[in-house]
Amino acid sequence: MEVKLKKRDNEVKDKIIIDERPEVNLWKDAFRRLLKNKMAVLGGIIILVLLALAIFAPYIAPYHYAEGSLLDNYAKPGTKYLLGADFMGRDLLSRIIYGTRISLSVGIVGALTAFIIGVFYGVVSGYYGGKVDDIMMRFVDIMYGFPTLLLIILLMVLFKSTFAIATPGTFAGYLNVVDRAFGGLFFIFIGIGVTAWLGMARIARGMALSLREKEFVEAARATGNGNLQIILKHVLPNLIGPCIVTVTLAIPGYITFEAVLSFIGLGANPPTPSWGMMISEGYKAIRSYPHLAIYPGLALAITMMAFNFLGDGLRDALDPRMK
Amino acid sequence: MVNYIIRRILWAIPVLLVISLITFSLGHAIPGGPFDREKQLPKEIIANLETYYGLDDPLWKQYADYLWNALHGDLGPSYSSRSRTVNDIISEHFPVSAQLGVLALIIAMVVGIPLGMVSALKQNSYIDYFCMFFALLGVSVPAMTLGPVLVWFFALKLNILPVARWGTWQQAILPAFTLGIGSAALLARLTRASMLQVIREDYIRTARSKGVSEKNVTIHHALKNALIPIVTVLGPLFAYLVTGSLIVEQIFAIPGCGKYFITSVTNRDYPVILGIMLLYAVLIIVANLVVDLTYAWIDPRIKYT
Repeated sequence: MEVKLKKRDNEVKDKIIIDERPEVNLWKDAFRRLLKNKMAVLGGIIILVLLALAIFAPYIAPYHYAEGSLLDNYAKPGTKYLLGADFMGRDLLSRIIYGTRISLSVGIVGALTAFIIGVFYGVVSGYYGGKVDDIMMRFVDIMYGFPTLLLIILLMVLFKSTFAIATPGTFAGYLNVVDRAFGGLFFIFIGIGVTAWLGMARIARGMALSLREKEFVEAARATGNGNLQIILKHVLPNLIGPCIVTVTLAIPGYITFEAVLSFIGLGANPPTPSWGMMISEGYKAIRSYPHLAIYPGLALAITMMAFNFLGDGLRDALDPRMK
Repeated sequence: MVNYIIRRILWAIPVLLVISLITFSLGHAIPGGPFDREKQLPKEIIANLETYYGLDDPLWKQYADYLWNALHGDLGPSYSSRSRTVNDIISEHFPVSAQLGVLALIIAMVVGIPLGMVSALKQNSYIDYFCMFFALLGVSVPAMTLGPVLVWFFALKLNILPVARWGTWQQAILPAFTLGIGSAALLARLTRASMLQVIREDYIRTARSKGVSEKNVTIHHALKNALIPIVTVLGPLFAYLVTGSLIVEQIFAIPGCGKYFITSVTNRDYPVILGIMLLYAVLIIVANLVVDLTYAWIDPRIKYT
């Protein structure tokens, strides 16, 4: 009798195991929903194509971005130059292709700083609360009072003029060499990094503030976990989703900053092919050659659109209630 | 409530102090003086100019003097145009930026809010998809792309609007659209989301079940409540449009503050840089304060202590 019962128990147990549904975790589920969203998939594909263009630019672009012949200046679009040539006779298409490198790298660097500094800052501030939170958030409030664009412009002028006259060999001189190597982008990275993390810090802080009151955090604390462990294992995983969405939707903003700076001549150094600079160069000849300003503009808009499509899709996928 | 307002206004003081201090230091950290010209001025003249403008004082004294004068409404002299003070420059250029910002905001509201409403009322229809696609497009197209396209099409191809400059209403159309269309798209998305949320509320169901006509429900019950989040973003949106019109001003050769800011940065005209920075910071701080206050005013459930 006893033996029989045991056997049945085991059978039931086996059955339960067989019936167990395949493991569904938040990320797989979100990814499945993301794939169903056509716009998001389109955005993702465009971003992949842009990445490929950026990485393989030397193999794809018909010419080098700085290579031009003054005989061909303002050449019409045709077989030699698919989208025409600019005022220095450089192939517009090649410059647009190389330009993806600049826009994407600015977007990625902005996103990384926003993510690493912003999330860290916000989580620490929100999780510890009280005085720490007060002081940390006051600082963010002050930074928020700045007209961001004007602050970055001022920083760029400071960087460009301070380090340009720095003596070689010193730290400042070294920074200038690095900036030259990046075609004038290094200081843009810093300028964007200075402001990019603010919004993210606020969002992460708000979420950490509410998460730390949740029962599972209390449970973790009751079972003897330290603060660091709770933050890493319980707080961070719960706010990473919305932070990814925020950062994806913020990338177009970083890309615009670079384009704006290069447009007004404070960004990339010529002949680095920045779309913003190409638009401003092309705009000078808009009466006769409107395509020179319009094509780089379209490239910029398509890139921003792709990130917005993907970001919107991610938001719907990660938080189905928001739709 | 009064307490809250007073505290918020008091908090603005240290914020403005820090912003002015940072801007002041950044400005002075830029190498080269305001009187460096391509043709070098004699040393004695530069020294005289610096004494005249107080530039040979220690930095802390310059900063303190600046603050003291700023508190009395005097933002100081401009180094690059000797006949005008910073007050003159701001009162000449800021109204232009403000006009442009107001026009852009009006366009954003007139285009964006109805679009969002229609979208929400016809949720998941083709109209909705079309409106939202347009909105996503509008959010993604920067002024730098839109400006040249509009100029090329309306000013050069059709030849019905002027290419640039500021003064007549025709000249305002293209820049205002370029600046406002992104915000219109933003408002459309916000209106739609807020409207969708409100339509599902119990009081809407109650109104319907009482036999209120659908038109009345939409206008009196739904729209009023759906507009709360919209009204609150208008302040920061205006601040954003005014402080962010730099590129539009550059493209359309509009003599606004943003364009002048770039000029004064390259001229190292510190008082002008500081003046514009402070003015914009005040604008942003006031806009944020107004948001919180309108929130409390529109939605009595929100209480500030």
